[in-house]
Amino acid sequence: MKRAFPILAIVTAALLSYGLYQALVAAPTDRMQGDVYRIIYYHVPSAWVAFLLFFLNFVASIQYLVRPKPVADRLANWVAIAIGVVLCVVPFVYRPLPGGMEPSALATTGLAITGIYFLIKKLFSELTVDALAVVTAEVGVVYCTIVLVTGPLWARPVWGIWWTWDMRLTSTLVLWLIYVSYLLLRKFSTGSQTPLLAAALAVFGALDVPLVYFSIWFFRTQHPQPVIGGGGSIDPRMLHVMLINLLAFLCFAGLVCWSRYRLEILQREVEETQALEALLDRRPR
Amino acid sequence: MTFLYAAYAAVWIIHLVYVVNLVRRYTRLRKEIEEIGK
Repeated sequence: MKRAFPILAIVTAALLSYGLYQALVAAPTDRMQGDVYRIIYYHVPSAWVAFLLFFLNFVASIQYLVRPKPVADRLANWVAIAIGVVLCVVPFVYRPLPGGMEPSALATTGLAITGIYFLIKKLFSELTVDALAVVTAEVGVVYCTIVLVTGPLWARPVWGIWWTWDMRLTSTLVLWLIYVSYLLLRKFSTGSQTPLLAAALAVFGALDVPLVYFSIWFFRTQHPQPVIGGGGSIDPRMLHVMLINLLAFLCFAGLVCWSRYRLEILQREVEETQALEALLDRRPR
Repeated sequence: MTFLYAAYAAVWIIHLVYVVNLVRRYTRLRKEIEEIGK
Protein backbone atom coordinates (compact mmCIF):
# COMPACT_ATOMS: atom_id res chain seq x y z
CA MET A 1 0.00 0.00 0.00
CA LYS A 2 2.93 2.33 0.75
CA ARG A 3 4.19 1.96 -2.82
CA ALA A 4 0.74 2.52 -4.31
CA PHE A 5 0.55 6.12 -3.02
CA PRO A 6 3.58 7.54 -4.93
CA ILE A 7 2.59 5.57 -8.04
CA LEU A 8 -0.93 7.01 -7.89
CA ALA A 9 0.56 10.48 -7.27
CA ILE A 10 2.71 10.23 -10.42
CA VAL A 11 -0.20 8.93 -12.50
CA THR A 12 -2.43 11.75 -11.16
CA ALA A 13 0.18 14.44 -11.94
CA ALA A 14 0.53 13.09 -15.48
CA LEU A 15 -3.25 12.94 -15.96
CA LEU A 16 -3.79 16.48 -14.58
CA SER A 17 -1.07 17.89 -16.87
CA TYR A 18 -2.42 16.04 -19.90
CA GLY A 19 -5.98 17.09 -19.01
CA LEU A 20 -4.93 20.73 -18.65
CA TYR A 21 -3.16 20.68 -22.03
CA GLN A 22 -6.15 19.00 -23.69
CA ALA A 23 -8.62 21.45 -22.11
CA LEU A 24 -6.72 24.64 -22.94
CA VAL A 25 -4.98 23.76 -26.21
CA ALA A 26 -6.13 20.57 -27.94
CA ALA A 27 -9.92 20.77 -27.48
CA PRO A 28 -11.77 22.52 -30.32
CA THR A 29 -13.21 25.99 -29.70
CA ASP A 30 -16.98 26.21 -29.30
CA ARG A 31 -18.60 28.09 -32.19
CA MET A 32 -21.20 29.83 -30.00
CA GLN A 33 -19.34 30.53 -26.74
CA GLY A 34 -15.72 30.81 -27.89
CA ASP A 35 -12.92 29.77 -25.56
CA VAL A 36 -14.75 30.51 -22.32
CA TYR A 37 -16.70 27.23 -22.70
CA ARG A 38 -13.43 25.45 -21.74
CA ILE A 39 -14.37 26.17 -18.11
CA ILE A 40 -16.73 23.17 -18.34
CA TYR A 41 -13.70 20.84 -18.51
CA TYR A 42 -13.10 21.66 -14.83
CA HIS A 43 -16.65 22.61 -13.80
CA VAL A 44 -18.41 19.39 -14.83
CA PRO A 45 -15.79 16.87 -13.53
CA SER A 46 -15.68 18.80 -10.23
CA ALA A 47 -19.47 18.49 -9.92
CA TRP A 48 -19.34 14.73 -10.61
CA VAL A 49 -16.54 14.21 -8.10
CA ALA A 50 -18.45 16.25 -5.48
CA PHE A 51 -21.61 14.17 -6.09
CA LEU A 52 -19.63 10.93 -5.81
CA LEU A 53 -18.01 12.04 -2.55
CA PHE A 54 -21.34 13.13 -1.06
CA PHE A 55 -22.79 9.78 -2.09
CA LEU A 56 -19.90 7.98 -0.34
CA ASN A 57 -20.57 10.15 2.71
CA PHE A 58 -24.25 9.13 2.56
CA VAL A 59 -23.41 5.40 2.37
CA ALA A 60 -20.82 5.68 5.17
CA SER A 61 -23.33 7.57 7.35
CA ILE A 62 -26.07 4.99 6.71
CA GLN A 63 -23.66 2.19 7.62
CA TYR A 64 -22.57 4.02 10.78
CA LEU A 65 -26.23 4.25 11.80
CA VAL A 66 -27.36 0.70 10.92
CA ARG A 67 -24.34 -1.52 11.63
CA PRO A 68 -24.77 -1.69 15.41
CA LYS A 69 -28.32 -3.02 14.85
CA PRO A 70 -28.32 -6.40 13.01
CA VAL A 71 -31.95 -6.12 11.80
CA ALA A 72 -31.44 -2.59 10.42
CA ASP A 73 -28.15 -3.70 8.85
CA ARG A 74 -29.82 -6.61 7.04
CA LEU A 75 -32.66 -4.34 5.91
CA ALA A 76 -30.17 -1.79 4.54
CA ASN A 77 -28.38 -4.58 2.64
CA TRP A 78 -31.65 -5.62 0.97
CA VAL A 79 -32.54 -2.00 0.16
CA ALA A 80 -29.12 -1.55 -1.53
CA ILE A 81 -29.70 -4.71 -3.59
CA ALA A 82 -33.28 -3.65 -4.43
CA ILE A 83 -32.11 -0.20 -5.66
CA GLY A 84 -29.59 -1.89 -7.98
CA VAL A 85 -32.17 -4.35 -9.35
CA VAL A 86 -34.91 -1.71 -9.83
CA LEU A 87 -32.58 0.71 -11.64
CA CYS A 88 -31.32 -2.10 -13.88
CA VAL A 89 -34.79 -3.35 -14.87
CA VAL A 90 -37.32 -0.49 -14.73
CA PRO A 91 -35.60 1.92 -17.21
CA PHE A 92 -35.66 -0.80 -19.89
CA VAL A 93 -39.35 -1.59 -19.29
CA TYR A 94 -40.85 1.91 -18.97
CA ARG A 95 -39.71 3.92 -21.99
CA PRO A 96 -39.20 6.67 -22.99
CA LEU A 97 -37.71 8.05 -19.79
CA PRO A 98 -38.31 11.68 -18.79
CA GLY A 99 -35.90 14.30 -20.14
CA GLY A 100 -34.27 11.90 -22.60
CA MET A 101 -32.48 9.99 -19.81
CA GLU A 102 -30.75 6.89 -21.12
CA PRO A 103 -31.67 3.50 -19.57
CA SER A 104 -28.03 2.38 -19.66
CA ALA A 105 -27.01 5.46 -17.60
CA LEU A 106 -29.62 4.63 -14.94
CA ALA A 107 -28.68 0.92 -14.93
CA THR A 108 -24.98 1.81 -14.47
CA THR A 109 -25.93 4.15 -11.61
CA GLY A 110 -27.98 1.37 -9.99
CA LEU A 111 -25.13 -1.14 -10.20
CA ALA A 112 -22.68 1.48 -8.87
CA ILE A 113 -24.93 2.23 -5.87
CA THR A 114 -25.15 -1.46 -4.88
CA GLY A 115 -21.46 -2.11 -5.62
CA ILE A 116 -20.23 0.91 -3.62
CA TYR A 117 -22.49 0.01 -0.67
CA PHE A 118 -21.05 -3.49 -0.31
CA LEU A 119 -17.48 -2.37 -1.11
CA ILE A 120 -17.55 0.15 1.75
CA LYS A 121 -19.05 -2.50 4.01
CA LYS A 122 -16.22 -4.88 3.19
CA LEU A 123 -13.36 -2.36 3.40
CA PHE A 124 -14.36 -0.31 6.46
CA SER A 125 -15.13 -1.44 10.00
CA GLU A 126 -17.86 0.03 12.23
CA LEU A 127 -15.34 2.51 13.64
CA THR A 128 -13.50 3.53 10.46
CA VAL A 129 -16.69 4.05 8.43
CA ASP A 130 -17.32 7.23 10.45
CA ALA A 131 -13.83 8.49 9.52
CA LEU A 132 -14.68 7.82 5.86
CA ALA A 133 -17.85 9.93 6.27
CA VAL A 134 -15.85 12.93 7.62
CA VAL A 135 -13.21 12.66 4.90
CA THR A 136 -15.64 12.40 1.97
CA ALA A 137 -17.72 15.33 3.28
CA GLU A 138 -14.65 17.54 3.61
CA VAL A 139 -13.18 16.75 0.18
CA GLY A 140 -16.70 16.92 -1.32
CA VAL A 141 -17.07 20.48 0.01
CA VAL A 142 -13.77 21.41 -1.70
CA TYR A 143 -15.09 20.16 -5.07
CA CYS A 144 -18.52 21.72 -4.53
CA THR A 145 -16.73 25.04 -3.84
CA ILE A 146 -14.92 24.67 -7.19
CA VAL A 147 -18.31 24.14 -8.88
CA LEU A 148 -19.77 27.25 -7.23
CA VAL A 149 -16.74 29.38 -8.18
CA THR A 150 -16.27 28.21 -11.79
CA GLY A 151 -20.03 28.31 -12.58
CA PRO A 152 -20.44 32.10 -12.16
CA LEU A 153 -17.11 32.68 -13.97
CA TRP A 154 -18.62 30.87 -16.96
CA ALA A 155 -22.08 32.44 -16.55
CA ARG A 156 -20.89 36.07 -16.56
CA PRO A 157 -19.61 36.15 -20.18
CA VAL A 158 -22.19 33.64 -21.51
CA TRP A 159 -25.44 34.68 -19.71
CA GLY A 160 -24.39 38.23 -18.85
CA ILE A 161 -25.01 37.61 -15.12
CA TRP A 162 -22.94 36.06 -12.35
CA TRP A 163 -25.81 34.25 -10.62
CA THR A 164 -29.52 33.54 -10.90
CA TRP A 165 -31.74 31.96 -8.25
CA ASP A 166 -32.89 29.08 -10.45
CA MET A 167 -33.38 25.52 -9.21
CA ARG A 168 -30.01 24.01 -10.24
CA LEU A 169 -27.89 26.85 -8.89
CA THR A 170 -29.87 27.34 -5.69
CA SER A 171 -30.00 23.62 -4.85
CA THR A 172 -26.22 23.38 -5.40
CA LEU A 173 -25.67 26.29 -3.02
CA VAL A 174 -27.98 24.61 -0.47
CA LEU A 175 -26.01 21.36 -0.89
CA TRP A 176 -22.76 23.21 -0.17
CA LEU A 177 -24.32 24.89 2.90
CA ILE A 178 -25.60 21.54 4.24
CA TYR A 179 -22.16 19.93 4.05
CA VAL A 180 -20.41 23.01 5.46
CA SER A 181 -22.80 22.82 8.43
CA TYR A 182 -21.99 19.08 8.69
CA LEU A 183 -18.28 19.92 8.93
CA LEU A 184 -18.95 22.69 11.48
CA LEU A 185 -20.95 20.23 13.57
CA ARG A 186 -18.07 17.74 13.46
CA LYS A 187 -15.52 20.40 14.35
CA PHE A 188 -17.23 22.28 17.16
CA SER A 189 -19.44 19.66 18.82
CA THR A 190 -17.45 17.47 21.21
CA GLY A 191 -20.18 15.26 22.72
CA SER A 192 -20.22 11.49 22.24
CA GLN A 193 -23.42 11.83 20.18
CA THR A 194 -21.72 14.02 17.55
CA PRO A 195 -20.99 11.24 15.00
CA LEU A 196 -24.60 10.03 15.35
CA LEU A 197 -26.06 13.53 14.83
CA ALA A 198 -23.68 14.18 11.94
CA ALA A 199 -24.65 10.86 10.29
CA ALA A 200 -28.34 11.78 10.56
CA LEU A 201 -27.63 15.22 9.06
CA ALA A 202 -25.65 13.62 6.24
CA VAL A 203 -28.52 11.26 5.38
CA PHE A 204 -30.93 14.19 5.04
CA GLY A 205 -28.30 16.32 3.29
CA ALA A 206 -27.72 13.64 0.68
CA LEU A 207 -31.37 13.94 -0.37
CA ASP A 208 -30.35 17.24 -2.00
CA VAL A 209 -27.92 15.47 -4.38
CA PRO A 210 -30.63 13.91 -6.62
CA LEU A 211 -32.56 17.20 -6.41
CA VAL A 212 -29.50 19.04 -7.78
CA TYR A 213 -28.90 16.41 -10.46
CA PHE A 214 -32.47 16.06 -11.71
CA SER A 215 -33.46 19.72 -11.28
CA ILE A 216 -32.62 20.51 -14.91
CA TRP A 217 -35.07 17.84 -16.08
CA PHE A 218 -37.95 18.58 -13.75
CA PHE A 219 -37.75 22.38 -13.41
CA ARG A 220 -37.38 25.21 -15.87
CA THR A 221 -33.80 26.38 -15.31
CA GLN A 222 -31.24 28.55 -17.03
CA HIS A 223 -28.54 25.91 -16.54
CA PRO A 224 -27.58 24.04 -19.77
CA GLN A 225 -29.08 20.58 -20.29
CA PRO A 226 -26.82 17.57 -19.71
CA VAL A 227 -24.79 16.41 -22.70
CA ILE A 228 -23.75 13.03 -21.30
CA GLY A 229 -26.34 10.37 -20.40
CA GLY A 230 -29.20 12.84 -20.70
CA GLY A 231 -30.18 12.86 -24.34
CA GLY A 232 -27.91 15.75 -25.38
CA SER A 233 -24.99 15.53 -27.80
CA ILE A 234 -21.33 16.51 -27.55
CA ASP A 235 -18.43 16.52 -30.01
CA PRO A 236 -16.43 13.28 -29.45
CA ARG A 237 -13.20 15.33 -29.09
CA MET A 238 -14.82 17.44 -26.34
CA LEU A 239 -16.16 14.29 -24.64
CA HIS A 240 -12.65 12.80 -24.69
CA VAL A 241 -11.20 15.89 -22.94
CA MET A 242 -14.05 15.89 -20.41
CA LEU A 243 -13.46 12.21 -19.55
CA ILE A 244 -9.67 12.71 -19.24
CA ASN A 245 -10.24 15.55 -16.78
CA LEU A 246 -12.87 13.52 -14.92
CA LEU A 247 -10.36 10.68 -14.51
CA ALA A 248 -7.65 13.15 -13.41
CA PHE A 249 -9.96 14.77 -10.83
CA LEU A 250 -11.11 11.36 -9.58
CA CYS A 251 -7.48 10.28 -9.07
CA PHE A 252 -6.61 13.58 -7.35
CA ALA A 253 -9.67 13.36 -5.09
CA GLY A 254 -8.72 9.73 -4.32
CA LEU A 255 -5.21 10.80 -3.33
CA VAL A 256 -6.46 13.65 -1.15
CA CYS A 257 -9.08 11.41 0.50
CA TRP A 258 -6.41 8.76 1.15
CA SER A 259 -4.13 11.32 2.88
CA ARG A 260 -7.02 12.87 4.80
CA TYR A 261 -8.24 9.42 5.91
CA ARG A 262 -4.79 8.54 7.29
CA LEU A 263 -4.72 11.89 9.09
CA GLU A 264 -8.18 11.30 10.57
CA ILE A 265 -7.30 7.81 11.85
CA LEU A 266 -4.00 9.08 13.31
CA GLN A 267 -5.81 12.02 14.94
CA ARG A 268 -8.32 9.67 16.58
CA GLU A 269 -5.51 7.46 17.89
CA VAL A 270 -3.73 10.51 19.37
CA GLU A 271 -6.97 11.71 21.00
CA GLU A 272 -7.54 8.24 22.51
CA THR A 273 -3.98 8.15 23.86
CA GLN A 274 -4.31 11.65 25.33
CA ALA A 275 -7.62 10.69 26.98
CA LEU A 276 -6.01 7.55 28.42
CA GLU A 277 -3.03 9.55 29.70
CA ALA A 278 -5.38 12.06 31.36
CA LEU A 279 -7.21 9.18 33.06
CA LEU A 280 -3.97 7.62 34.31
CA ASP A 281 -2.79 11.00 35.64
CA ARG A 282 -6.01 11.44 37.59
CA ARG A 283 -5.77 7.95 39.18
CA PRO A 284 -4.93 8.17 42.92
CA ARG A 285 -1.42 6.87 43.71
CA MET B 1 -10.10 34.70 -21.96
CA THR B 2 -9.89 36.56 -18.63
CA PHE B 3 -12.80 34.53 -17.21
CA LEU B 4 -11.29 31.29 -18.50
CA TYR B 5 -7.92 31.93 -16.86
CA ALA B 6 -9.61 33.20 -13.68
CA ALA B 7 -11.63 29.96 -13.45
CA TYR B 8 -8.60 27.70 -14.02
CA ALA B 9 -6.53 29.74 -11.54
CA ALA B 10 -9.35 29.52 -8.97
CA VAL B 11 -9.53 25.72 -9.33
CA TRP B 12 -5.79 25.32 -8.71
CA ILE B 13 -5.74 27.84 -5.85
CA ILE B 14 -8.60 26.00 -4.08
CA HIS B 15 -6.77 22.67 -4.53
CA LEU B 16 -3.51 24.20 -3.31
CA VAL B 17 -5.08 25.84 -0.25
CA TYR B 18 -6.65 22.53 0.78
CA VAL B 19 -3.43 20.54 0.29
CA VAL B 20 -1.41 23.13 2.27
CA ASN B 21 -4.06 22.95 5.01
CA LEU B 22 -3.68 19.14 5.09
CA VAL B 23 0.11 19.39 5.34
CA ARG B 24 -0.17 21.87 8.25
CA ARG B 25 -2.58 19.56 10.07
CA TYR B 26 -0.12 16.65 9.57
CA THR B 27 2.73 18.74 10.96
CA ARG B 28 0.69 19.76 14.01
CA LEU B 29 -0.31 16.14 14.65
CA ARG B 30 3.28 14.94 14.33
CA LYS B 31 4.28 17.47 17.01
CA GLU B 32 1.52 16.17 19.27
CA ILE B 33 2.74 12.59 18.74
CA GLU B 34 6.29 13.65 19.62
CA GLU B 35 5.00 15.26 22.83
CA ILE B 36 3.14 12.07 23.76
CA GLY B 37 6.35 10.10 23.13
CA LYS B 38 8.20 12.30 25.65
